[in-house]
Amino acid sequence: MSTSQSASHEISSESADMTGAQSLIASLEASGVDVVFGIPGGAILPAYDPMMDSTKVRHILVRHEQGAGHAAEGYASATGRVGVCMATSGPGATNLVTPIADAFMDSVPMVAITGQVPSASIGTDAFQEADIRGITMPITKHSFLITDPAQISQAIAEAFHLASTGRPGPVLVDIAKDALQAQTTFNWPESIDLPGYSPRTRPHSKQIREAAKLILSSRQPVLYVGGGVIRANASASLRVLAELTGIPVVTTLMARGAFPDSHTQHLGMPGMHGTVAAVGALQKADLLITLGARFDDRVTGKLSSFAPNAAIIHADIDPAEIGKNRAADIPIVGDMAEVIPELVAAINAEIELENIGDYAGWWLQLNRLRDTYPLGYDLPTDGSLSPQYVIQRLGIISGPESIYAAGVGQHQMWAAQFIGYEYPGTWLNSGGAGTMGYSVPAAMGAKVGCPDKTVWAIDGDGCFQMTNQELATCTINDIPIKVALINNSSLGMVRQWQTLFYNERYSNTDLESHRFPDFVKLAEAYGAYGLQCENHESVDATIEKALSINDAPVVIDFVVHRDAMVWPMVAAGTGNDEILYAQSLAPDWGSDD
Amino acid sequence: MSRHTLSVLVQDQPGVLARVSSLFSRRGFNIESLAVGPTELPEVSRMTIVVNVEGLPLEQVTKQLNKLVNVLKIVELDAESSVQREILLVKVKADLESRSHILETVQLFRAKVVDVAQDAVTIEATGAHDKLAALLKVLEPFGIRELVQSGMVAMGRGSRSISDRSVRPSEKFAQKNQ
Repeated sequence: MSTSQSASHEISSESADMTGAQSLIASLEASGVDVVFGIPGGAILPAYDPMMDSTKVRHILVRHEQGAGHAAEGYASATGRVGVCMATSGPGATNLVTPIADAFMDSVPMVAITGQVPSASIGTDAFQEADIRGITMPITKHSFLITDPAQISQAIAEAFHLASTGRPGPVLVDIAKDALQAQTTFNWPESIDLPGYSPRTRPHSKQIREAAKLILSSRQPVLYVGGGVIRANASASLRVLAELTGIPVVTTLMARGAFPDSHTQHLGMPGMHGTVAAVGALQKADLLITLGARFDDRVTGKLSSFAPNAAIIHADIDPAEIGKNRAADIPIVGDMAEVIPELVAAINAEIELENIGDYAGWWLQLNRLRDTYPLGYDLPTDGSLSPQYVIQRLGIISGPESIYAAGVGQHQMWAAQFIGYEYPGTWLNSGGAGTMGYSVPAAMGAKVGCPDKTVWAIDGDGCFQMTNQELATCTINDIPIKVALINNSSLGMVRQWQTLFYNERYSNTDLESHRFPDFVKLAEAYGAYGLQCENHESVDATIEKALSINDAPVVIDFVVHRDAMVWPMVAAGTGNDEILYAQSLAPDWGSDD
Repeated sequence: MSRHTLSVLVQDQPGVLARVSSLFSRRGFNIESLAVGPTELPEVSRMTIVVNVEGLPLEQVTKQLNKLVNVLKIVELDAESSVQREILLVKVKADLESRSHILETVQLFRAKVVDVAQDAVTIEATGAHDKLAALLKVLEPFGIRELVQSGMVAMGRGSRSISDRSVRPSEKFAQKNQ
C-alpha cells in the first residue's frame, strides 16, 4: 500500500481546546476512519463519550474483543484501508492479542487502540492493568504508550502512517486513562516525524534490468505470487506481466485472487495442499520470479529440497524477507505496485532487442501435469454430503464478485482450492497465523467495508464455535453476512492428520457437533436465519435461498461427511517432491525431466 | 560462529532497549554483551551489541533490527578499524604475601587499584575483551571474590563520525542486496 488514509482527507489545521478523548476521536476522523470495532471498559471509557457524538466514525459494538480485531482485519483485507479496533485495558487488550498476531503474520493494516490504567497506576498491578505494549511488542509493526494528551494526535497520525505504508501491519496505541481525561490542545500534525522509518518502495533499476534478462533467458520460469501483490493492489500489472511473458503463475494462499483463476496461465495454489501442477512447476523450475511472497514453510515444504534447480528473483517491500529462507540471486526491494510495472517496462525493452523468452517446452510439461492431476474429490460412498461439493457449488452459485472469508482447517483449504477467485480482496483468511475463529468476525468486517457485496463466512464447526457470538453483532447492526458452516462434527484437519499419521487414533477431535449445538436454533437465537442441508440434491436450493435473504444474517448448517480429506498433500517436514495426489498416490512426474 | 560488534543508533525513547533485546531473543540470537548510553546527538542513544553468529544470520538480525521504527542506524564495527573497550572491576584476595604480586600484575596490565581493604584489593581495568580475559586469568590464582564487567563500547577509528551521514537506518545490508 502506498497511500495513507489521511492523505485523501481534508484536515483541519486549526487547533482547538478539548480533552484527550476528544482529541483521539478528532484524530480518528482526521485519519479518515469510518468505522471502529470495539468494546468499552473502564480505562477506555473517556474515549467512548465523544465517540457517541462523532458523525464520521461509526462504532460497532462487538461481543468479544477478538471479534473486534478480526473484524478490523476483514474490513482492511476487503477494502485495502486501515482497520481499527478498540478495547479497554487488561483483559480487553489481551483479547486483542490473537487478531494482532494474525494481522502481523498476514501484513494486514490495522490500528488497535487500547485504554490503559491511569499513568500514576502503571506498574502497580492496578485493576485491569496489563502491559499490552510489552505483550504485543513482538507482534506489532510498532506500538505507542501515551501518557501525555498532547501526544495523542501525533501518535494516531503516525500509527496510521506506519500501518498502511511499507509492509502493512498492526500498530498498537495504548493510552492512559488520565491522558484521555485531561485537557489538551488538538493539533493535527502537518507532517510525520519518523526518522527511523523510510520504507523503500522504488526498486533499484539495475536489479530490474538484470531480472528482465534472466527472465527472458530462462526456460522454465514461474511467477511465484504472494499476498504482497494484493496488499500493493498490483493485480492489474501482474496480469500485464504474465501476459507479456507467457510465464505460468502460481498464487499462494495469501495471494488467491491476485491473478484470475480462470486465466489459462494460472496453475493454482502451491504448497502443502496445492495443485500438483503448481507444486510441480516450482520444483521443476529453473527460475522463480517471486513477487511479494516469503518462502513460507507451507509453500516450500522441506526447504533443502524446494525448487532445487531454480535461480531466485525475490522482490519484496520488506528487505528482511529477502534471503531469510532462501538465498536470492537477484534481490529486489520495492513495492509490488512499482516493481511489477518496472519489470514490464524492462522486459519490453529487452523484447525490442529481439530478446524473447521461449517457454513452449515448459508449458508442454506443465499442461501434462495440469491435465493429468486436476483438483478433484470423491463423493462419499454412503451418500452423505461431500464438503468439497458444497464449497464448489457455493463458489459457482454466489460467483467471483462475492467475498469469501474462511476459518482455518480443511474447509479453508477446500475454499482455497474449489472456489474460483477472479479479483483481489475477495478471499480473506488467516494464512500465517492459522487462527481458528477468524471467519465470522472477518466476514462481518468485510461486509461493513463492502456493504453492497455478498459476503460469505466459510467456517468449520470447530472454528464457528470460537467466535459465533458476533452473529448477534451482525443481526443488531444490520450486517447480513452469510455463513456456510461445513459441519463435519470434528476438528477436521487435526482428524485428517490423526488418520494419516496417528493410526486413526482420534484423540479429542470429535466435537459431536452433529448433535450439539443445534446450529439452526443457535442461528435463530441470534436473530439470524438458520438453514440446514444434508444431501447433494438440496445444496443449490439452500445456497440460493441464503442468497435471497438480505435482511439478516444466514447460517447454513451443511452436515457433511467427516472422513473427507484435503488432497493433494505434502506431509509436514517432507519435500515437495513427495506430494501425494490422493492417499498413497504419488504423481508421475514424467520422464522428460 | 564469530563475534560481531554492532553499533546501533536508536531514538532515546521508553521501551527501545526492550524492543532491541527482545528482538534478539525472539529470533534466536544470544547477545554476548550490550551497552547503552547517550551520544553527541540529543535524543539519540547508542547501543553497542556483541553477538556470536554466522554471517548470514547476522544479516537477517540486522535487517530485522532495521525494521524497528526507533532504530536509526546500524553499523558493524570490525576489530581492526575500531577501538573496542570494556571495563571491569574485580575484587581479589590479597594478604601480605600476595599483595605485591597482585600490584605487579596491575602495573603490567595498566590497570589500577581503586579500593584497598585488609585482605583484598579492588582493581579497575579497561581494555579490549582479550586483554581483560588475560588479566583475569592471571588474577584467578589469587582468589577472585567478586567480579563485574561492563558491556563493550566501540568506536570507529579515524576522523569520521558514525552520525556523519544522515541518521537513517543503515542500508548497509540492504545495499548489499541491491
